[in-house]
Amino acid sequence: MASISPYGKRFISYLRREQIRRLLSTRYRVDGRGPEQVRDVEIKVGVVKTADGSAEVRLGRTHVVAGVKVGLGQPFPDTPDEGVLVVSAEVLPHASPYTEVGPPDESAIELARVVDRGIRHCRYVDFKKLTVESGKAYVLWVDLYVINDDGNLVDTANLAAVAALRNTQLPAVVKDETGIKLDRNNKSPLPVETAKAPVAASVGKIGSVLFLDPTFEEELSLEGRITFTFSEDKIVALQKSAGHFTQAELETALDLAWKGKERFASALKEVLG
Amino acid sequence: MKKSPVPLLQNGLRADGRAPDQMREINIAVGVVSNADGSAMVSYGLTTAVAAVYGPREAHPRHLALPDRGIMRVRYHMAPFSTKDERKSPTPSRREIEISKVLREALEPAVVLEQYPRSRIDVFIEILQADGSTRVASLTAASLALADAGIYMRDLVVGVSVGLVENTVVLDLNGLEDQYGEGDLPVGYMPNLKRFTLLQLDGAWSREKFLEAIGLAVKGAEYVYQKARDALKNRYMSIAEEIHGR
Repeated sequence: MASISPYGKRFISYLRREQIRRLLSTRYRVDGRGPEQVRDVEIKVGVVKTADGSAEVRLGRTHVVAGVKVGLGQPFPDTPDEGVLVVSAEVLPHASPYTEVGPPDESAIELARVVDRGIRHCRYVDFKKLTVESGKAYVLWVDLYVINDDGNLVDTANLAAVAALRNTQLPAVVKDETGIKLDRNNKSPLPVETAKAPVAASVGKIGSVLFLDPTFEEELSLEGRITFTFSEDKIVALQKSAGHFTQAELETALDLAWKGKERFASALKEVLG
Repeated sequence: MKKSPVPLLQNGLRADGRAPDQMREINIAVGVVSNADGSAMVSYGLTTAVAAVYGPREAHPRHLALPDRGIMRVRYHMAPFSTKDERKSPTPSRREIEISKVLREALEPAVVLEQYPRSRIDVFIEILQADGSTRVASLTAASLALADAGIYMRDLVVGVSVGLVENTVVLDLNGLEDQYGEGDLPVGYMPNLKRFTLLQLDGAWSREKFLEAIGLAVKGAEYVYQKARDALKNRYMSIAEEIHGR
């Protein structure tokens, strides 16, 4: 297993790329936005009744569904007094002409791990309240399903995961002669602290212009891409993917990401309460 | 977060006796795998990475070849015996797959792939011993191996990690600090072009601490760069000696 460049066979025509680049140098984008504008965000929770928690997020035409299933398992050896979080991402073959059927590729794995790190390092979920007796713990399986990829999957998937966790109902633990198991007829809300919700905001770079919320086309034209995840006033995760940044660009990107985070956080607040 | 068995910072010194802005001992050797076109072994303290480069060579499978530039393949992998506790399964983990990707993306800005149409350059990195900062030691090893293979490059990429320990920014995290510290920020940097090509972070960082850490990472990278340059020069000197005799 190795990482091969360029990832997949994703191409954009030279003319279209030049169009995106030239327009951006005048601080306009092909979809009419300015560099500091994010697309419309729509968040719905409880969209999948079979899940213990779910949410669906649309960021422009990007569409991600997150489902949470609660299980029982062993806590990690280094955190024996905490519940377990497992985030996985699946970019469906529906999502774009470039997506293939098969197990999650490196991009999907990266997506899941960046979202995972944001949630893990911010105390949004109180993992300490997720232990159950006899050395067992609740396991939160968060599955991120990308249904349509029009760029910026990280920010979208992060919002979906956070909203789905807020929507999650924890089944009670019951004990019988075969051991302990979950009772899905008896549920209580998952303990989350909404003020600490992690919010990811990605910044793209084309030429010397930094901009928020890249679309799919813009992602094919990028010279740099970086995602910051914030919780309250702290940075809790960061991932540079494509390209390179100077120190000054990095600072600008951080401030820009903060603005994007504010916009996403206000959309999230309406759902989280 | 679990408490560290030993204090991570005491009287301004870290558990292994280093100052906050001090690297561990660095050892670099270039040309350690004779069959490879380029190779390097880099250790930051106990953390040891071996990188081997093969290529440019014909791109296989052929459908991956690009008409206008080369492709690069990067694999980061940890030896089953490289970790402190249990044996690590040799199957690539999700972590290793992600690191392979970010390392490829950290090397790509430095490698002039346009020089190698229809070709492939393979970079294989193996962690023999892990004590924190494995991905950044890998990055230094990989870029030296590429340079040793004579691949066209815009700059070397050197890796260093910075971290947050008891709210103090420290350079070059060891395994203990990685496990029990409050934050980890691996950085890849091109010292001549002054550009960051690898940036990841976990933990909880204020804006101020983050920017302070970035500043310290640049200093650390410049220090490692000098060592890397010297190692590369030594390699060339020894080749010159082989050819011309003494």
